[in-house]
Amino acid sequence: MPKTYAEINEKIKAGKAVVVTAEEMIDIVEEEGTTKAAERVDVVTTGTFGPMCSSGAMLNTGHPTPRMKYSRVWLNEVPAYCGLAAVDIFIGVTELPENDPRNRNHPGLFSYGGGHVIQELVAGKDVRMAAEAYGTDCYPRRELETLINIADLNQAYLLNPRNAYQNYGVAVNLSRDRDIYTYMGVVQADLGSASFCSAGQLSPLLNDPYYRTIGIGTRIFLGGGTGYVYFQGTQHNPTQARSENGVPMGGAGTIAVVGDMKQMRPEYVVGVSFYGYGVSLAVGLGIPIPILNEEIARYTAVKDEDIVAPILDYSRAYPYNEGGPLGHVSYAELKSGQIEVNGRKVPTTPLSSYVKARAIAEELKQWIQAGEFLVSEPAELLPSADSGLGFKPLKERPFNNGGVI
Amino acid sequence: MATRRIVMHFPPQLIDEPIISGLVRTFDLEFNILRASITPQQEGVMVIVLEGTEADLVAALRNAQEKGVRVEPLEKEVVCNEDKCTECGACVTICPTQALAIDLETRHVTFDADKCIACELCVPVCPPRAMEISF
Ligand code: SF4
Ligand code: SF4
Repeated sequence: MPKTYAEINEKIKAGKAVVVTAEEMIDIVEEEGTTKAAERVDVVTTGTFGPMCSSGAMLNTGHPTPRMKYSRVWLNEVPAYCGLAAVDIFIGVTELPENDPRNRNHPGLFSYGGGHVIQELVAGKDVRMAAEAYGTDCYPRRELETLINIADLNQAYLLNPRNAYQNYGVAVNLSRDRDIYTYMGVVQADLGSASFCSAGQLSPLLNDPYYRTIGIGTRIFLGGGTGYVYFQGTQHNPTQARSENGVPMGGAGTIAVVGDMKQMRPEYVVGVSFYGYGVSLAVGLGIPIPILNEEIARYTAVKDEDIVAPILDYSRAYPYNEGGPLGHVSYAELKSGQIEVNGRKVPTTPLSSYVKARAIAEELKQWIQAGEFLVSEPAELLPSADSGLGFKPLKERPFNNGGVI
Repeated sequence: MATRRIVMHFPPQLIDEPIISGLVRTFDLEFNILRASITPQQEGVMVIVLEGTEADLVAALRNAQEKGVRVEPLEKEVVCNEDKCTECGACVTICPTQALAIDLETRHVTFDADKCIACELCVPVCPPRAMEISF
């Protein structure tokens, strides 16, 4: 018997909903079968914690006196975007201070950037803000230097255009003797290591592979507080090849999410540095999946063994778009600590924290059990495998004829 | 009697030489190897406690240096700041001694200070920079 969102929410409010994590659901479906599990379980919670580079914070500082229209802003020396209304600011997580040496001395350390500013704001620390303006009749102020604190901001929300990638590639390095420094961490030369970055069987979009329940308006766990899915994420690619169980065999769906930073906690919003690459933000995100029917119950029982990721050479094939994957491996193999690539044993290293992913799924489960968090029916579902939507490369169209205009 | 805790770096061509046993015999020292490993750069690193008279210790260390071994007192330590560590595991393949490892059952990342040779390779590699050098 299918269930509705309203029925599940009635049970949550009455404290009677059966809520389990995606890990627990694996055993339940194995023991009881899909039909019984679908009847008994109301919500399955998922979680993931990893670097999510397409993230940022939207802040409104309120006006100083006299009023001001920011034209350039720095937060702890990190430039923020302010081509918006007068005192709105957006700071992206990969932004670096102007005086950071970057990769001039390769590999650069990238000790501090936008992601770290956001973590400090969430932690309640004061942040130094400097701003410049050209001055207008309505907004005469031209210069400002002040400390700001999240408690005093009118709004502070994470606004992340691409999070929770549904599956991802595994990075290896085929070059003979050159370690490479990437957003997948340091990948050691001559198949010295393999980096992967997904919570696998706990990961939100891998538990709802066709986005039957996740869509615009879905209420989620974001950074330790409540957030929402506001759109398909950038590079959302539902037409990626899929295994028989419907799970994409590489990077596919993504979601754009938003959430109030004032509710968040610094252990789930962590500024991170990638040696020789840059800075980012590790974000904790969890999505409840309402078990509306048997099909959804089956999806949420997906196991690491049944999810495969493509192995990609980040020394050549990936950066230069040359050639396809070197093969596919399952997350069970990746998590065993060693995979086989081109007949050789390669030690694996994760970038996403399974320990935190599990803690997020557990906490979300407790929120729902306590009746504090309801599941929401999306206003619209995300484009799925039948949408025809893919991920296109940029078609370059030079416009100045090689310099002759 | 005096004791010294030292780190000895052996360049690749000296790894197979019986340098320690030679020193111990010539200078009448007691020794205890705390940690030993070979880094990805093929350098041998050994953390060792030597015990002997002050004069013998000084002579022994000078002798080792003359043979091409780099000798440093063990004053640095690499520690894991647990408030910062997210237990991601991004450090485990870079660590030459498996001091950093993932428990395959629980997925917790563990740091075994006894195995750490303070090579510092994990320090810039850790994304939240939780591995810290302490003096
Ligand atoms: S890379 Fe850093 S944060 Fe990740 S497990 Fe290792 S020490 Fe902890
Ligand atoms: S310093 Fe870091 S990489 Fe080196 S042995 Fe210790 S834990 Fe391992």
